[in-house]
Amino acid sequence: MKFSFTAEQEEFRSVIRRFLEAKSPTTAVRKQMESDRGYDPAVWRSLANDLGLTALHIPEEYGGAGFGVTELAIATEEMGRALLCAPFFASAVMASSAIVHAGSDEQKQAYLPGLASGETIGTLAVAEPDGGWNAEAIKMSATAAGAVYRLHGAKSYVLDGLSASLFVVAARLANGHLGLFAVPDTADCVTRRPLKSMDPTRRLARIDFDNTPATLLGSPEGGEAAYAKTFDTMVACLACEMAGGAERLREDALEYVNMRVQFGRSIASFQVTKHKAADMLLEVELAKSAAYAAAAALDDGDADASAIVSLAKAGASEAYIQTAIHAVQMHGGIGFTYENDTQMWFKRAKASEVFLGDAAWHRERMLQNWSA
Amino acid sequence: MTEMTEQQVRDEVRAFLSQNWDPNRSLIEWRNILVDSGWGAAHYPKEWLGKGLSAAMSLVVDDVFREFEAIGAARMGIRTLAGATILNHGSDMHKRKFLRGILTGEETWCQLFSEPGSGSDLAGAATRADFKDGKWVINGQKVWTTSAHHAHFGLLLARTDWDAVKHKGLSYFIIDMHQPGVDVHQLKQMNGHASFNQVFITDAVIEPEFQVGELGEGWKVATTTLMHERRGADGARRYEQKINRPERIYQEYNEEVDHLLAPYIWYPQRTGRVDLLIEHAKAAGRYGDPAVRQEIAKVLGMAKAAEWTARRARAAQNQGKPQGPEGSIGKLAASHVARAANRVHTMIAGPNAMLTGDDSWMDGTIAEILVSTPAISIAGGTDEIQRNIISERILQMPKELRTDTDRPFREVPRNQVG
Repeated sequence: MKFSFTAEQEEFRSVIRRFLEAKSPTTAVRKQMESDRGYDPAVWRSLANDLGLTALHIPEEYGGAGFGVTELAIATEEMGRALLCAPFFASAVMASSAIVHAGSDEQKQAYLPGLASGETIGTLAVAEPDGGWNAEAIKMSATAAGAVYRLHGAKSYVLDGLSASLFVVAARLANGHLGLFAVPDTADCVTRRPLKSMDPTRRLARIDFDNTPATLLGSPEGGEAAYAKTFDTMVACLACEMAGGAERLREDALEYVNMRVQFGRSIASFQVTKHKAADMLLEVELAKSAAYAAAAALDDGDADASAIVSLAKAGASEAYIQTAIHAVQMHGGIGFTYENDTQMWFKRAKASEVFLGDAAWHRERMLQNWSA
Repeated sequence: MTEMTEQQVRDEVRAFLSQNWDPNRSLIEWRNILVDSGWGAAHYPKEWLGKGLSAAMSLVVDDVFREFEAIGAARMGIRTLAGATILNHGSDMHKRKFLRGILTGEETWCQLFSEPGSGSDLAGAATRADFKDGKWVINGQKVWTTSAHHAHFGLLLARTDWDAVKHKGLSYFIIDMHQPGVDVHQLKQMNGHASFNQVFITDAVIEPEFQVGELGEGWKVATTTLMHERRGADGARRYEQKINRPERIYQEYNEEVDHLLAPYIWYPQRTGRVDLLIEHAKAAGRYGDPAVRQEIAKVLGMAKAAEWTARRARAAQNQGKPQGPEGSIGKLAASHVARAANRVHTMIAGPNAMLTGDDSWMDGTIAEILVSTPAISIAGGTDEIQRNIISERILQMPKELRTDTDRPFREVPRNQVG
């Protein structure tokens, strides 16, 4: 496994960071938090056309750039740091990976170029109102009706479900196998309802399917394996996104205590503050190391990749929210206000703690996949 | 001359070993040949028993030694710190007199820095060195002195000027441990082992030429020693392994390893033995317990993340990048891991955690873990000192307010012991 980034990857990271500093300062994030759409289409176009980020992890033959999970994860880490409001995770990570892993060649030709260019915004609908993102919890049924299938049931916690023009939906076939289905937003019998997301920088929706026509991606037997790979990719990217957010919180809190004076001295000169800052550094660096290892393990095809991915998510779930709690505390009263930016990352940390599975669930998944 | 290429180093070491390596020699005879050749300490300067190679190139040398299963120069214990300090600050006489014995293993060293009254605050040393009748006369007490019970020489930090400020009143000496006035007593630990000593020094004598560095510059010299100690303590440190082969030199080498490692046989246990968690849980029939599994996974995850963080730091170092924050947190991470592993081993053991020795699981190993991990967050710089270092040096936060550095040392409040 590699433990350092190449010069090209470092340069790639700094290009994204500069872009996001210009396009997604906290003033812009706040504006999108209060907008109906939840993201700025001009920034989305620029991110797709100028930086080519939507094409990152899509193979070249389908209009993509053919980069690995590591590059995709660098992008999500920077977006987590900037708290970018955009359907990137839903479209370029979740939906794109699902189609890459599940689709036939013809289906990839049909769907991936649009996702790569950013013209299509996709999302992946897995969790149900009473479920999570683990394959066993998927109960929605898909019935075969000639060449197409019909979907019946509800999906919830669908990321950017209102912005998406293409849904990839996980449902059960009659034989019990898992299937991933493509549903365009033009399909009949799809009802979308926005959910009130506690983290307004990332929008969630409930989607009801009522005898909705859908296309099965790939073969009726390949769904489990395709979803497993997709899941690992999105969890690794989420862990990196969370590590990026945690690092930003840590840095901002440090900047604040260095500036703040009480009892005639900088509060950063109190040992209790210094030791907390040191502990925060430790937690964030461990979370980063695990997240990077998860992405690298997937690119290497490491046999332990699923264990490492879950290790990284469990670690990130705890480190991100813990860093957010410390960051609020270090700001004191102002840290609890809406006006202070810390709350925005706090909410992302809280939502990310459970998104794609909480720490306890991932720990168990890690042990079940642990070979050592 | 430019440095040799990796291939040149490999070729030369192979040629040397092909001609000279003979496992039927005695250990000392072989090491003398090795030291004369310069391949025993390739990173030492050419004029002082080495080859003048970089640290990275000496790893290549080690690699070829492993190919031949050849024994290298002695390097366990304080001897490597003594060698580095003498090379940096010692006189030519020191180098002539001591470097060979350090490398052949014939002479053993110890470090006399810590005192009962100054642990984290090493520069607060209060052992006296008074100049009388042309000699230094030493009085005081040192503690945590690994190997003192069989050391020939000690690296001593002692106060030569009580009117100077704290860091300017110390001088650095090489003391002969085999003399009247140097009394070594083992210090028994809470886990029953005795890895360290207390050294009581009463009117011991040092000839003036065994001062290292300038008078009053002892702290600067000690910093060199400590820097080398920290460098060895980043988790990459390895203890020598015995080699199971019949020839004479291996027998002598294995005896040396056994002798030197005896005080440290519990060291693996102070890390918390994360590697034993699953085995312990299975043996105790608790691996199916979801609560136990959660706790095991937490510790495994933390330990792995800490290991990957150390690998990131090493990768950055190998690429010649400046040390990032990831390089500073290894010691603190190791403390967290050890403490958490102890807690989970206790949870797995259940009532058996009340027993010790061969009534405890895994022939006492588990019990030894339970009473050994407190060492890791203290030895080599406490967690609190690590946090100060991280916050001040890495995070650039304000330094601690100090009242001890700007007045004569005799006026600085000190402990009443020692």
